Amino acid sequence: MENKTFTISVYSENNVGLLNRISGIFLKRHINILSLNVSESEIENVSRFIIVVDTTEKWVHNIVGQIEKQIEVIKAFYHIDEETIFLENALFKIESTLLFDEKQIQNIIKESHSQIVTVARDFFVISKSGQRAEIESLYEKLKPFGIMQFVRSGRISVSKAKMEISTLLEELKQEAV
Amino acid sequence: MGTNKISGAEAVIRCLLEEGVDLVYGYPGGAIMPVYDELYKFKDQLHHVLVRHEQGATHAAQGFARATGKVGVAIATSGPGATNLVTGIADAQIDSTPMVCITGQVGKHLLGSDAFQETDIIGISTPVTKWNYQITEASEIPEIMAKAFFIAKSGRPGPVLIDITKNAQFDKIEFSYKKCTSIRSYNPKPTLNLEKIKEAAKLINTAKKPFIIFGQGVILSEAEAELKALVEKSGIPAAWTILGLSAIPTDHPLNVGMVGMHGNYGPNVLTNECDVLIALGMRFDDRVTGNLATYAKQAKVIHLEIDPSEIDKNVKTTVAVLADLKESLTALLPFIESNTHESWHNEFKAKYEIELEAVINDELKPKKEGISMGETIEMINKHSKGDAIMVSDVGQHQMFACRYAKFNSTKSNVTSGGLGTMGFALPAAIGAKMGMPEREVVAIIGDGGFQMTIQELGTIFQTKVPVKIVVLNNEFLGMVRQWQQLFFDKRYASTEMINPNFIAIAEGYYIKAKKVTKREDLDAAVAEMMASKESYFLEVMVEKENNVFPMIPTGASVSDIRLC
Repeated sequence: MENKTFTISVYSENNVGLLNRISGIFLKRHINILSLNVSESEIENVSRFIIVVDTTEKWVHNIVGQIEKQIEVIKAFYHIDEETIFLENALFKIESTLLFDEKQIQNIIKESHSQIVTVARDFFVISKSGQRAEIESLYEKLKPFGIMQFVRSGRISVSKAKMEISTLLEELKQEAV
Repeated sequence: MGTNKISGAEAVIRCLLEEGVDLVYGYPGGAIMPVYDELYKFKDQLHHVLVRHEQGATHAAQGFARATGKVGVAIATSGPGATNLVTGIADAQIDSTPMVCITGQVGKHLLGSDAFQETDIIGISTPVTKWNYQITEASEIPEIMAKAFFIAKSGRPGPVLIDITKNAQFDKIEFSYKKCTSIRSYNPKPTLNLEKIKEAAKLINTAKKPFIIFGQGVILSEAEAELKALVEKSGIPAAWTILGLSAIPTDHPLNVGMVGMHGNYGPNVLTNECDVLIALGMRFDDRVTGNLATYAKQAKVIHLEIDPSEIDKNVKTTVAVLADLKESLTALLPFIESNTHESWHNEFKAKYEIELEAVINDELKPKKEGISMGETIEMINKHSKGDAIMVSDVGQHQMFACRYAKFNSTKSNVTSGGLGTMGFALPAAIGAKMGMPEREVVAIIGDGGFQMTIQELGTIFQTKVPVKIVVLNNEFLGMVRQWQQLFFDKRYASTEMINPNFIAIAEGYYIKAKKVTKREDLDAAVAEMMASKESYFLEVMVEKENNVFPMIPTGASVSDIRLC
């Protein structure tokens, strides 16, 4: 069975230690997590993990089963790229003088549909949302001018199909009211 | 001013009492002292057994849980007390044993500061617990303790660790207790799908060579009667996994023996000849399946299981019935047609004859001068009449015990299956005996494993718990030596043991002790041990280089099981 990129979504209680419990399941199988994002979900006090891994479908099936088995996990799913809308965020910190000295930079920003989020005396910051390839392409274009700092977030994604979690979460919402 | 407030430590004790606990195993220390102070005050209602090492507390709690079906409880202090629990917790996790461990922790204001005896037991125990939680406020105690017991016992059982900071033990709370019956993110009892039952029944009824493998799920869901009814109505040959052993009486005519690495010849070989494989409350462990690529490929597989993560984990199923086994077997039974599968049974009988000739006769009636482990187990059978609880350690003696022990009733085989923890048996036997005082409890241990938790002889002496201890001494780490002989050209690296005078050690703890070196003395010695009202230590010097057969070498197919 060949390796593929899978996006694992986990809905869970928002409790101390759960991240450790979930990451341990990957550790146990010697799998490197490519990206990880944890945030509040559409339901209050319910967290959503988005974990990206490169592995076989058999393993991701077993892993999702073992994640879902954890007491504080409400539901876990896995998807391949074609089944989700996903993107990452990146921030580039660049020396302010370049904005004026290297006119080319302004074109790069425009063409890449990225935004300038702040301009200070010494530096300015570009924000770019998109898929990994788009961010990498922007990075390559800016690199020759000198990037003071670069950071990229983990993947965030939503599924194209309706997740069965929606009804379950509705019930939880009702309970909470 | 009169208030109803009690300390967090007292709340812990009251929670245990609310859960019906009257026996706990543990070892005191700084960070758990407030709880021990309350144990002193409550000693008439809650009996605390002082073990000699915290690992012993977990194994004793496990032995108690496995023999009774109730939740075992172990208590330890922070730091080394807590880390010493880890082996037992891991053992309970992989063998699905309900256990609650309570550890003390440094005060909340000291957390993370590398305080004296501080260790991150939550981090350490996370991968080996079903659930764990750190209590830092006394007010959390009742709710968390209730959750701990609910989680440990429900669904597929397992160990839970509750770490309680010292301030939470001292602080005062108004105590009220409510048992936990549900947790929104946890579904311990999947809803049975009757369509799946019908699909399974159809496959079973049309099968020519159906074969049942039952595991500990039968015992955990107390589905022994349902299993027996299914087997008897369907006439299907049934084999046990090591932890399924004793779920139906070993001499039941439809019981065909044990599957797995050192299981019986017939059930292993015929796994690859059956047309429908019916797996009941078992998890297709690698010691059961051998090489998965050649395991039961010809068969349609029906898996009755409570844990969704076990479905299709190792073996792809044709029909998966996700439910508590007692419920699914009860639902299945009316759809099953009566049958005898006579010619199919004859295949098992023929294979048994082969094994009898090649292996069993030599083991139970050896021609060699030295005593065999198998004949010792057989001698215990003779005197226990199959009514004893047998607690075995890990290694060759364990395989002999599980192959040859006779059991008339369930929850009689207590052994470390999944983790293979040497040192398990002596403390586990203490727990089993205390849980089931009216039953005879015999621990079968090798000379290696015995020395891993030998200090628990002190617990036996102090508590006067009348367990029977049999050490099968071959002066080797026998199982590893067997592998060295078979797969490493007899290079016996660090497996030979120069042992102390075990009799003197047992007698040092004032435990009656006897050593047998000759076959003709074995019968009388076992008889004397079984008749003893007190604890008794029997050392049997066995043949030094006997091997356990049959054997499926690692990575081989169940079809390629070796008889010699």
